[in-house]
Order: sequence, then C-alpha cells, then structure tokens
Amino acid sequence: MTGHTLYDKIWDAHLVKQREDGTALIYIDRHLIHEVTSPQAFEGLRLAGRKPWRADANYATPDHNVPTTTEERSQGLEGIKDPVSKIQVAALDDNCREFGIFELTMDDQRQGILHVVGPEQGATLPGMTIVCGDSHTSTHGALGALAQGIGTSEVEHVLATQCLMQQKAMNMLVRVDGSLQAGVTAKDVVLAIIGKIGTAGGTGYTIEFAGDVIRSLSIEGRMTVCNMAIEAGARAGLIAVDETTLEYIKGRPLAPTGALWQQAAVAWRQLRSDEDAHFDLVVELSAGAIEPQVTWGTSPEMVAPISGQIPDPAGEADVGKRSNIEQALEYMGLEAGTRIEDIKLDCVFIGSCTNSRIEDLREAAKIVEGKRVADNVELALVVPGSGLVKKQAEEEGLDQIFIAAGLQWREPGCSMCLAMNADQLGEGKHCASTSNRNFEGRQGFGGRTHLVSPAMAAAAAIAGHFVDIRKL
Amino acid sequence: MRKYITNEGLVLPLDRNNVDTDFIIPKQFLKSIKRSGFGVNLFDEHRYLDRGEPDADNSRRPVNPDFVLNQARYRGVSVLLGRGNFGCGSSREHAPWALEDYGFRVILASSFADIFFNNCFKNGLLPIVLERETIAGLFREVLATSGYALTVDLVSQLITKPDGTTLSFEVDPFRKHCLLEGLDDIDLTLEETEAIREFEQRWRQSSPWYFGSVPTVKAHKTPL
Ligand code: SF4
Repeated sequence: MTGHTLYDKIWDAHLVKQREDGTALIYIDRHLIHEVTSPQAFEGLRLAGRKPWRADANYATPDHNVPTTTEERSQGLEGIKDPVSKIQVAALDDNCREFGIFELTMDDQRQGILHVVGPEQGATLPGMTIVCGDSHTSTHGALGALAQGIGTSEVEHVLATQCLMQQKAMNMLVRVDGSLQAGVTAKDVVLAIIGKIGTAGGTGYTIEFAGDVIRSLSIEGRMTVCNMAIEAGARAGLIAVDETTLEYIKGRPLAPTGALWQQAAVAWRQLRSDEDAHFDLVVELSAGAIEPQVTWGTSPEMVAPISGQIPDPAGEADVGKRSNIEQALEYMGLEAGTRIEDIKLDCVFIGSCTNSRIEDLREAAKIVEGKRVADNVELALVVPGSGLVKKQAEEEGLDQIFIAAGLQWREPGCSMCLAMNADQLGEGKHCASTSNRNFEGRQGFGGRTHLVSPAMAAAAAIAGHFVDIRKL
Repeated sequence: MRKYITNEGLVLPLDRNNVDTDFIIPKQFLKSIKRSGFGVNLFDEHRYLDRGEPDADNSRRPVNPDFVLNQARYRGVSVLLGRGNFGCGSSREHAPWALEDYGFRVILASSFADIFFNNCFKNGLLPIVLERETIAGLFREVLATSGYALTVDLVSQLITKPDGTTLSFEVDPFRKHCLLEGLDDIDLTLEETEAIREFEQRWRQSSPWYFGSVPTVKAHKTPL
C-alpha cells in the first residue's frame, strides 16, 4: 500500500461523510471572519432563523476597510471616513455580538490582518482545517493546517453546519532544494514557483511545499510561500510540521498548554507526508538559480529575475499568451526589452498578509537605515500586519528607522494591498509592493503594481528604481 | 438557490486569459452588505471610462464604447464565452453575484479558478469547461455572426449551436442535481446533522486541543 500525503492525512481525519459521487463533507475546526465577505452570510443565517453550529470555532476581526493613519484610528469607527466602509465594519461588530462570536474589534491592540493574527494568536494550529472568506487563507498552511479560501455562501454554510461540502483536490509536491543566494527570500522563491508553473498551474491541486529551502525557512517565511499558493491556482498550500513549527506555536495565547500541549505535540509531529506517498504532480526547483524576482505585468506569473528584462511579446508563440503580454505592457506603460532595474517607481508599499510580519519589517528596516527615500518616490508606506507586530517593531526602534528614512509608519490593516480603504495608488503610478496581486486596478484605479520582497521594496524606495539587493 | 435547467441566449465573447475577480467587480463595490445590485458595476473598470463608486448614478457615467459588453450587438447576452483561468484571484462571491445580476446564466471557458468555479454553482450560474480548441472555434463563430446564440441544456448536458449541431459537456452529478432542483446546500448538509455530531464528539475526544480555546461570547442583540 502506498503512503499518504500530508493533505490526505488531514483530509481523512476530517471526513464526516463521503458521497459516492465524490462529494464529501469535511469538518471545519477554525473559521476566520472579516467584514467584507461575511455580512451576506450572517444575513442568510438570520433570514433562515439559524445559529452558528459552534460559536467557539469562529474568530473575527475587521481588516480590509480599516483606516491606517493613527489619527483616524484613534477615533474608532468614527475615524472611517467612507460611510460605506464604516457600515461594513459596524456590521461585523453587530453580527459577532448577535451571534456570540469572538471578535478583535478595531480598537483592540491584537487586531490586524486575519492571516497575520490567526497564527500570531495560536488560533491557527497544525492539523486543523481552516477556512475564511478570503483566498489568502492558504497562508495558514505554513503551520501544517489545511487552510482554504471560500465564498460567502460557504461562509454561511460553515457557520450553520461546521462543515464544508467539497471534492478532494489532487496532490502536488513542489520541492525547492539547494540553498538560496544571500538576499533571496521566501517571496522570491514563491514568485519563481509561480513563474514556473503559472497562475493556473496549481488549479485543482493542494500544493505541498518541501525541500531543503522550505525546511530552512522560518515560519514567517513559510507563510509568505503558502500565502501565494492561491496565486499559483491552488486553493491550499501546505508545509509539513517540524520542530520549527512547534517552537513557533508554543506559548501562543490560544495554543494548548501543559499536558494537552504534550499530547498535541506528539500528534502534530506525525503531520508530514509518508516517504512513499503518491503525488499526482511533482515540480522541482533548484534554489541556487533563484534570483530576486520582480513582476512586470498584471498577473503574478508575469515575473522576471532582477537581472532580466521585460519580455518581447513577439517572441511568444502562443497567440493567447502573446495578447496577454501586449495587454499587460499597455496597462503597465512599459516597453518590451526594458531592463527590470530601469523601471522607475512612484510609490512603495511594505505590508499585506504576504509580507507584513516582524521579520519582513526587520529586513526592510536594515536596508533603509540611515538612508533617504528617493525624490521620485512620492509615497512610501509601511503597514504592519497586526497591532502586535507594530508594537514589537516599535520596541525594536524599526518605526524610527522608517520615519527617519522618509517612509510613513501606519496602523495595521490590508491597506494598499487592495485599497479598499483610503490608501490608494494613483492612476498610472508604479508601485513596488510586497503584496500578492498585481492585477489591473488592484492597488487603486489605473495603478501599476510590481510584486517584490520586502528587501527589494526597501531598496527600490531608496534608489527610486529597482536594484539588485545582492549587489548592495 | 436559483434553479438552472436550460437557457438560450446571446453570447458575449470576452477575449482575455486570466480574467480575475478584480476585473469582474472592483473592490470598492465589495463594501456593500447586500447580495444584489452588483450587475451595473460588472467589469466596471473596462465598461466605463471613469472610476466607479458604490453610490454613483451609473446611467450618467461615460461608457467605454470599445469594451465588448457595450457593443449594441451584445445587448441582452446571457452566455459568457471566456478563455483560460477564468475567475482567478479573490474568493469574493461578489463576482458571480455581479455576473448573475447582470443577466448571465452560463460561462464557457477552457479552465476556471477553483473558488470562483465553486461559487458559481452556489448562485445558479453554470460554469462549463470546454477544450481550448472548442473555445477558440466558438470565438471565431461568435465574432463572425451577429446575434449568435447558444442553447445550454443542463439535463442533456448539451450545447446547441445556431446551425443545430451540438457540443456535450461534463458536469459533476451532485452539482447538476442541486442546480436542477435549486437545492440549498445548508438544508442538504443539515440532513446529516447526526453524522456531524457523531464526528464532532469523536474528534473532541481524540483532539481536544482544537476545542474551546477561543473565548466564548454571550450572544445578544444590540439595541438600535
Ligand atoms: S492583505 Fe491583501 S491579500 Fe491579504 S487579506 Fe488583506 S486584502 Fe487580502
């Protein structure tokens, strides 16, 4: 008999019912809730006269709409200037109260981006099934949990039944072996993976990330990788549990303690794929060849190494792909053949659930320390992922380093990752961003996003264009 | 849930790969706490020449005449013809809500992003995967023929072209059943209440660390 993958193991452990047609009911341990994708689900519950199946499985916080200036934040809900955004955040507060769901409200110091807060609080544990009405739920897979983004109908379904109805995905293994060059980070690794398999490469799969490089990454780095599994088309990304995982979790507020911790740790150590597990697809990358990455187009797969240049659509044989490149270059206002290092920037955004944790901020601070943001960079934002990340950074003096260098230090939230709040990228402006999507209009109407690592974003802020941080 | 049995309608060719959810409905419209009314802002950034806002009067906004949806021959479309990786990006169900609200019932593409694909079925929209060559052929025919309409029948799993020829398509039998009957997923799952309770009890015993750590909150309605 062949062995099981990590995904198989978590799936099997949560299987409530398997129907003959392949559809299954799987039990959900943790449901994370934010203000954007939940109001219609709560409304559905209310209309049907239903209650949450298990209130203590849910954990909520607003993140997408919250303002990030200290002045606005100090005013609580009143500080949200956009009335529509305010209603949405207030609706989350009301819904959580009405249905008895725990929420970190906007004024709680622990508030932040759900995908930063969950692991930070120990609401995310290995072996769990986790869902959230947000595609970047895949982030939590870094801790060996099966974490998936769902739509609002499913949010309502999970609230009402504690289950998800779905078909099992296939298994993909992405191995990154060897060792990374100095200056190459988890973000570059995952961008290189997406560049290789494409944004639809993982569709229908759950991806397990493995290999020397993944093992050597910190949990924060692993989160960056799993966060972008969805950009490779996979609903979930997973990494096996090891001692690094257990060390990260131990002592977190919602993690088990004492004897329960001991028992849990024994169980969690089993959370890895068997040696002889079968994967439907295996993709291998060699770490040494990965350079710092920069996206030049409007899809995360439109990515190039920093030493490279913008591709010429004429060189693309596939008609569909050629027209994609042409459309992207037109939107981005870029010419084929331009060196990546010559792309000039107007804005820098360091934040989002991909890269707003303490290690990310440390990396960025190291690079800007004692320097000044370039004159052509009109706006440079640093938005910590949670109130606790912010506090930690301030204790380490990182905020002062950013401020002295001319970057703005903000309150936690999604901010310019998707610009649902007031933090918007101007039309036609180029932004070096540590977020995860470079779609048209993502960071603001007509805005042009280049995805990079925190170190690359920081270096770009200082130079005013992209630079190869390996040369700094 | 809205039923889907069969639909005959004009076809809109949206010739792009990787149509993402920001393309389908930009984020400023996700601030609504309602489920309806998103149709006027479908494809907003391409359909209009200015920047849309949730409370704007859309009838007064400048329309982009080059965008396919605005061309007279595609008025009243209900079948969307896309390319590959349709619906990638966010999990926002506002994307299928906007498509459905506009009047679409069927989406044909060579591949879909998982979450979007799944969300469609929850909203009475039928997403159909066809071979790339078949899709390419349909694009040619639609572009060449004004008034090009398809009949998409879920019962027989057949698409009938204007010349009477048919294409067959695959659909998951369970999802087909739910769409044909307009079944509500939650009702269906709650039929398994006993199995869920039984599982939960076992799971609580074997893995108690997953239970009870989040502080409990007393449910209460806030006075208005
Ligand atoms: S930071 Fe960006 S990607 Fe992450 S949850 Fe917020 S909006 Fe989504």
